[in-house]
Amino acid sequence: MIVSKRAPLPGWIQLLVPVGAVLATLLLSAIPILIAGGDLWLSYASLFKGALGTRYNFLETCVKAAPLTFTGLAVAFAFRAKFWNIGAEGQLLAGAIAAAWVGIYAPPLPKVIVLFLVCAAGFLAGGAWATIPALLKTKYRVDDVVTTLLLNYVMWHLMGYLLFGPLQMPGSSWPRSPAVAEIARFPVLLIRSRFHLGILLALVAVLVVWFVNSKTVFGYQSRAVGVNPRAAAFGGINVNAVIMKTALLSGGLAGLAGVGEVVAIHFHLLMDISPGFGYSGIVIAMLGRLHPVGTALSAFFFSVIIVGAQSMSRLTGVPTYIAEVIQGMALIVMLIALLLTEYRVKAVRD
Amino acid sequence: MSRPDTPRTHLEERTPVVEMRSIRKTFLDVVANRDVDFTLYKGEICALLGENGAGKTTLMNILFGYYAADSGEIRIGGEKVSLSSPRDAITRRIGMVHQHFTLVPSQTVLENTVVGSCGGFFLDMGKARRKLLELQRRFGLHVDPDAPVWTLPIGGQQKVEILKALYRDAHILILDEPTAVLAPLETMELFGTLRALAAEGCSVVFISHKLYEVMEIADRVVVLSKGSVAAERETRDTDERELANLMVGRELAVQRHSGSQRRGDPTLEIRSLSVRNDKELEAVKELSLAIRSGEILGMAGVSGNGQRELAEALFGLRVPDGGDVLLGGKPLPPGKPKTAVDRKMARIPEDRMTTGLLLELTVEENLVLENHASFRSFGMLDHAAIGRHADRLIGEFGITTDGRRAVARTLSGGNLQKIILARELSASPRAVVAAQPTRGLDVGAIEYVHKRILEARESGAAILLISEDLDEIFLLADRIAVMYEGRIMGIAERDEASREQVGLWMSGVNEPCA
Amino acid sequence: MEQVMTTAFITGLLAAMMRMATPIIFGTLGEILCERAGVLNLGIEGIMLMGAMTGFLTTLTTGSLWLGVAAAALVGVLLSLFMAFLAVYLGLSQHVSGLGITLFSTGLAMFIYRLAVGSPVNPPTVRPFTQTAIPFLSGIPILGTALFNQYVLVYIALLLVPLIWFLLYRTSWGLAIRTVGENPFAADTVGINVNLTRTLCLAAGGALMGVGGAFLTLAHQNMFLIDVVGGRGWIAVAMVIFGNWDPVKGMAGAMIFGFLDALQLRLQGLGFDIPFHLFLIIPYLMTVIALVGVSRRAAAPAGLLKPYRREEKG
Repeated sequence: MIVSKRAPLPGWIQLLVPVGAVLATLLLSAIPILIAGGDLWLSYASLFKGALGTRYNFLETCVKAAPLTFTGLAVAFAFRAKFWNIGAEGQLLAGAIAAAWVGIYAPPLPKVIVLFLVCAAGFLAGGAWATIPALLKTKYRVDDVVTTLLLNYVMWHLMGYLLFGPLQMPGSSWPRSPAVAEIARFPVLLIRSRFHLGILLALVAVLVVWFVNSKTVFGYQSRAVGVNPRAAAFGGINVNAVIMKTALLSGGLAGLAGVGEVVAIHFHLLMDISPGFGYSGIVIAMLGRLHPVGTALSAFFFSVIIVGAQSMSRLTGVPTYIAEVIQGMALIVMLIALLLTEYRVKAVRD
Repeated sequence: MSRPDTPRTHLEERTPVVEMRSIRKTFLDVVANRDVDFTLYKGEICALLGENGAGKTTLMNILFGYYAADSGEIRIGGEKVSLSSPRDAITRRIGMVHQHFTLVPSQTVLENTVVGSCGGFFLDMGKARRKLLELQRRFGLHVDPDAPVWTLPIGGQQKVEILKALYRDAHILILDEPTAVLAPLETMELFGTLRALAAEGCSVVFISHKLYEVMEIADRVVVLSKGSVAAERETRDTDERELANLMVGRELAVQRHSGSQRRGDPTLEIRSLSVRNDKELEAVKELSLAIRSGEILGMAGVSGNGQRELAEALFGLRVPDGGDVLLGGKPLPPGKPKTAVDRKMARIPEDRMTTGLLLELTVEENLVLENHASFRSFGMLDHAAIGRHADRLIGEFGITTDGRRAVARTLSGGNLQKIILARELSASPRAVVAAQPTRGLDVGAIEYVHKRILEARESGAAILLISEDLDEIFLLADRIAVMYEGRIMGIAERDEASREQVGLWMSGVNEPCA
Repeated sequence: MEQVMTTAFITGLLAAMMRMATPIIFGTLGEILCERAGVLNLGIEGIMLMGAMTGFLTTLTTGSLWLGVAAAALVGVLLSLFMAFLAVYLGLSQHVSGLGITLFSTGLAMFIYRLAVGSPVNPPTVRPFTQTAIPFLSGIPILGTALFNQYVLVYIALLLVPLIWFLLYRTSWGLAIRTVGENPFAADTVGINVNLTRTLCLAAGGALMGVGGAFLTLAHQNMFLIDVVGGRGWIAVAMVIFGNWDPVKGMAGAMIFGFLDALQLRLQGLGFDIPFHLFLIIPYLMTVIALVGVSRRAAAPAGLLKPYRREEKG
């Protein structure tokens, strides 16, 4: 196979690439569906109806998209600086724990302030957890992929300790915390749904990340460090400081994903507060080409898949894990599509 | 050691060992080889001459099977061949010593030599060692087989490269700019080796852009210019002047720039600077230097004698062990590139692509790498102002690009260097540290870089020009210093220094010239 | 404390250490093969899971344990070949390709398992491997039971360590692999096919990873659960770094991790007044600390992470 660089494609084709990848993924999804013995037409129909067919379903999809947007943004922002943050899952849990703690023992203050405290706690906890591997990377040159991953497991067990211990609901034998005080819960914004404040916060986060990326000095530096840390240092950029700040922001965003799950959805801290949102964030970020708006869109797409898969499963018997399969396929299709925009591939007989 | 110079035999019976006909090779939109015919005769040393970008390396890479020609024919020993990978070339006893070494520094000489040609599953190092030592004896290329390659000096590493080719029974040997990394004495040694090889019936292709070397070693010269063969000459029938003109396609003006006005106190002072390299060895040993404003100090020396580490220390990329660097009388804090930037030191790094540029970003983003923070309005980056600044610099420095939003990767080597020059020199720097600024550039780009450096001198900057190209040093410098093994071997005013003396200093010989 | 120092305790601990270390040894050896050739294979966690699932299902349906192991190895090869396609031939980022394969494999493993088995109240089990004692050697006190009365797969893992060491350092293939990983250009110019070498290393590594996964469901336990691999793939990646890309040192690292894992399990039952979750953290934390410790002298193959293409510009 010969891979040779091709001339850059016009901008509008570049925009179509993610769209094409999504369509290709949906088409390829037919394979696992058929293997599972599901009726193709019924499967696709139930998927889309289940995710988008009714007002409630659509709003549910939005609800599911919120944590995915946060983790997607977290990963996208980090990857842009080549800080391989695979630890969004652990940072999410850190945020959830902090939010639960503030939410359960909420001080008697006005709701706005309490909500602010809950979010701040979650953001800072997630950010702090992410700065540990960042520190190891900048000071000791320890690989960030491995450390962020290992710390996921550490935080997971830490949460287990808390939920079977200090944060356990008194009198219960399940790993479950007491309920979050009413005052600390995110308000629901639309009646007859679970559409809550956190979703708006996610959209705000998209704007904030976009702003940081394109309009701030930090955003420029983050990108420079990601592209070529040596040249960035040559130009006078403090690479270590940039990596630390990037980790803080990235971890904070992941932490906010955890906040939402605790104070808007479950109202308790639980062991399975996250069905892998942190890991999905990686796929979402890649699919969104590390751009905040693209990330939000791909988070929504994934949410459609996840919510729709539940519906599909009920109606056709296709296992719900098809959602993860489609996620994985989407990533790979996207990677190949991205490559094809930059390179021409010819199969050659060697 | 030296080999007695083998008298160059007149090649009455000229047997072609290699015939390349109508070779054409295009990369994207650049035609690297345009219908090139090239013949190599048995037992000769043929020089392939041309400036950077003329297509010499591409042509030889095709012969070596690394690239496949788009069209054309190759015959080895009269037989038509198809070379689709280096393996085919090696089978045909073609060997190539590339510009960038194909060695694994952490492995030993023996391992590097033997890889890929072990013949069999189990490594028989004993047999390999015997064969290697025999080759060493035969051709006078002595290196310790068990030494890890990184411990060898560059000259020694090059010997390993040649031994690698000989180990595979190469009888056609291609060397790509082999003297770029050698001191004059080592170059003489290499030439001796090449003559010995030719005497044994090897045919050698010597790629170079250095005229005097070509005249010295080659029997025949093929001049490439802009992808085509410009001329062929027997070296005894031509001279440097003619070759230079053929190379560039026009009359080269003989240039020697007039002296400078040096004024005032030293602007850039280096005091007793000691710097370690990546292997924790001392690369710069208590080096001291003072450069006045309006002066160009040319630091000559073969690469590998501490120039890289010196430059990195001055850039702020490497923290020295000891000593100081003063700019305008005030010490520069070590390891802080930002301070150098703020205090208006222009820095032109040796590896422009890995150290000086962000290739995946746009031209304008590269142009503001050092001063991006000053383009702010209301705390936000002012993209309009950045754009205007970029456009101005693109115009002023004549950067050929598809607009300021073009991705830097798409620009040519010369234009990439212009980006760096524009970024560094546009703000009237007080000092300029330029490391190998014209490496790999074509003549037009080289002239431009020289022009800009001279302009900086006129504006009063103190300039340290580190270059392995003696021609360049003699062209531009007011004073010449030579760096050898981390120390300054000697300094002289340009008008008082002879090439011979400088050459001796470069080889570590510290005797004053008569 | 007296409980800790009994022969029975130590023997049990060492035996458990071997069991815990074995899947990691397989994973580490596999990853070393990949990384020595210059490819970081982050698909390892997913490949081990697919190996675990495939091995389990194959044994469930055929009744043969070794067929399960073979199937796991095959799955590992296939997934790694896909990784080769993405990272070696197409030249996509190795980080992202590997993570993509892990994410894809995780979903796929659960999907296929559900299809095959459904959601019964009691998950299906197989009759797992039994331990095979090596005569005479297994009679040695303490060490005998721990080392020589183990599953055959454990012996295989231990034997593979010197085998792979020999392959890397004493054969021409090994020299080729190391050169490809350190300087692919050098390898290319002596006629070695860089991409083919990388692909073969990925395939072999993938087979080992798959078998490591199968060990978890066919020997260590006897059923398949979604978290059966539980991060061991990532531990293996860490052990490669810890062992400085050397098979013997990597095995040592895996044993240390296995020791800590076995230890924390046993300490839990001893009534120390520390919540057991904190014990679970110990192995991961120690790994992170160990990585910091070796960071100074860790020397990755110089060609790691870079796809190899012949230079575009002459």
